[in-house]
Amino acid sequence: MTNAISSFGAVGRPVSIHTDDAAKVRLKGRYRTETWFKWLGAAAVALAGLFLVLLLSTIVTQAIPALRQNYLTLPIDLSAAKVDPAKLDAANYDAIAQEALTAKFPDVTSRQDKRLLRGLISTGTGVFLRKDIAADPGMLGGTVDYAVPLDDFADLYLKGLLADVGSDEAISTSVTPSETSGDIDLTFGDDAMLTLARGHGATEGENGMLTLTSGASSLLVAFNGGTVKLTALSPGASGTAVAKGTVIEALDSTAPAASGQAFLRVIDTPEASRKISDKMIVWLDTLKSAGLIESRFNSIFFFTGASREPELAGVWGAVVGSFLTMIVTLAIAFPIGVSAAIYLEEFAPKNRLTTIIEVNINNLAAVPSIVFGLLGLAVFLNFFGMPRSAPVVGGMVLALMTLPIIIIASRASLRAVPPSIREAALGIGASKVQTVFHHVLPLAMPGIMTGTILGMAHALGETAPLLMIGMVAFIVDIPGGFTDPATILPVQIFMWADFPEAGFQQKTSAAILILLVFLVIMNAIAVILRRRFERRW
Amino acid sequence: MNIMTEASVEQKLSSGTNEPSIKMKGEKVSVHYGEKRALFDVDLDVRENQVTALIGPSGCGKSTFLRCLNRMNDTIDIARVSGKITLDGEDVYDPKIDVVELRARVGMVFQKPNPFPKSIYENVAYGPRIHGLARSKAELDGIVESSLKKAGLFNEVKDRLLESGTGLSGGQQQRLCIARAIAVSPEVILMDEPCSALDPIATARVEELIDELRQNYTIVIVTHSMQQAARVSQRTAMFHLGYLVEEGATDKMFTNPDDKRTQDYITGRFG
Repeated sequence: MTNAISSFGAVGRPVSIHTDDAAKVRLKGRYRTETWFKWLGAAAVALAGLFLVLLLSTIVTQAIPALRQNYLTLPIDLSAAKVDPAKLDAANYDAIAQEALTAKFPDVTSRQDKRLLRGLISTGTGVFLRKDIAADPGMLGGTVDYAVPLDDFADLYLKGLLADVGSDEAISTSVTPSETSGDIDLTFGDDAMLTLARGHGATEGENGMLTLTSGASSLLVAFNGGTVKLTALSPGASGTAVAKGTVIEALDSTAPAASGQAFLRVIDTPEASRKISDKMIVWLDTLKSAGLIESRFNSIFFFTGASREPELAGVWGAVVGSFLTMIVTLAIAFPIGVSAAIYLEEFAPKNRLTTIIEVNINNLAAVPSIVFGLLGLAVFLNFFGMPRSAPVVGGMVLALMTLPIIIIASRASLRAVPPSIREAALGIGASKVQTVFHHVLPLAMPGIMTGTILGMAHALGETAPLLMIGMVAFIVDIPGGFTDPATILPVQIFMWADFPEAGFQQKTSAAILILLVFLVIMNAIAVILRRRFERRW
Repeated sequence: MNIMTEASVEQKLSSGTNEPSIKMKGEKVSVHYGEKRALFDVDLDVRENQVTALIGPSGCGKSTFLRCLNRMNDTIDIARVSGKITLDGEDVYDPKIDVVELRARVGMVFQKPNPFPKSIYENVAYGPRIHGLARSKAELDGIVESSLKKAGLFNEVKDRLLESGTGLSGGQQQRLCIARAIAVSPEVILMDEPCSALDPIATARVEELIDELRQNYTIVIVTHSMQQAARVSQRTAMFHLGYLVEEGATDKMFTNPDDKRTQDYITGRFG
């Protein structure tokens, strides 16, 4: 070291501990660490972003079908013979709508098929019809075209969610039927159909016989104005194929359909593993090609209460329930939480008692939420005898849960206000209360708001404590007040996710989406409020 | 307040000489922060319409003494004050004394400029408003204007009274804080190193201001700058390790101090 030349004013490169080779290696190592850390950080952010996109895209793609509902327009006979204008409630509106539907398919005669056909329209049809007639009695007296909501299975099929359906393909050979209805034989001009059936899971039998069971794809042949479902195929004479089939829609005649005149429709999902039969599919396709089915904005979902029928289930009851519950939570937790924080931070003497209180508040924030539910059940419901399933009780339980979060956040933001502000106010003779309310609290307000909004968002998404106080009940009516039985959005999502009907799957995602929208709105309100408070200084 | 003035008149008469009367008086003032004693039996008088400078090395207790004068030490939980401090003959630590009233009479300016994050107008108007000093908006406007004028800030800010006080420069902020203190018409203004965060030009302005304010107010200033103490004060008190080393007329303190420690400190040999 004694030989080292000072770097200042030296001509040659000086040998020093900051410029020798070891130093260069050390420096390189430092840069390498920095680069590593930068890349790790970027990767973490990218991964988080990816998961967010994945989550949102899954929910959104699942939810989109629930935003629309298919309606079937039927000519409904509302003549005096069917509906007595004096006794509107006496009429059987469901039966009237069902008659209008069955009239569209005169060749459906068996009881079983008729029941299947009636099942295409929602069981809520009668209710809608009666409501609309009550609102507009002018509909009475004749036949009106009225759009009725389709049943959930029919609706899901039309949205392409219930079965994989191939497009109609022309058959490049002639097709000759033996009869126009019932179980018939079909003769194909070549044996291409055999290969096709093999490819779609037909069971091989003796003599090249192929059976299309309900475990195989459905092959539907449409020609001569009707549709035949193939059940079995066998090779015929001189390169032809003979098929057995069931007529679903009656054919016009037994005339052979020329090449390209008949169409084959393959439904890839086997009938046994889907919730909709081939018959229903054919009827729906017929109605759709007749232009009677129309997809509309699903106002039922947004503006009605819960229902056991997926197509009639709406989220509005839960939204109103959540809203009422949040009002109660905010009204209780915000003033109490902020007051407690102000007292503890600004006024309370620092002694053993306040330390114990502090520690306990911090611990309360970590208590599992279901414990608060148990507390609500034991104290509010059993001891005070408050109404079960009511937003007021739910709000109180959630307020208990949110309080520690608000207190902790409020204390932190009060503590973050510089002491110089307190000194300035005290120094010109402001009292302690004036100092807090004129200067400290306004400065801490943005932080308190953020904490409160976070606490409220937490409460909005909470399910467990509300299960305990009965807000999981199945409630059809939209709650009109704080003591009406109600459910809330996350509990509604929980219940829908639990229902077996396929239609609820989309509803669940859509309800999740609505919950997310509410959270975004809450955060936006927080940001706007914060801005406004900040502008006043 | 009226009873007070009578007492002060009496005091003025009794002193009889050219020497200004005593505005505040500390007798055997001791301060403990928990177990630690920060101030040892300090006897110090603050004279009316004079600037009293408190000097001494860091941690010597001068700020602690200053904060006793308007009971700002009350805000520190562990601080305990003993001894007697009087304002116009009345004990400020008497339980009957309202600390809010005391701080209105003994205002304070802090080391770091600390305007409220509100408009310039609101900063100055806040004090008069909470003390109910103005009966009308016009009167309040008048107080704000005169306070800003006394603090030598009015011409710089008259066109932007509604802009934020925190947007001013450091020196302007400190003068705003002085205006804020003046606005409640205090009798004594305490200044805790008011220029330590300011550049020399801003410092010069504040010093000029202090000299002008002396006409109407009694000022106690803590400073680390010997030159500043020499420039602005009439009396100087030297603190060291919690003890009052020496107190006297500034001229004498800086030319011919009695105590060697004072001499060493003033000449820069320690501190």
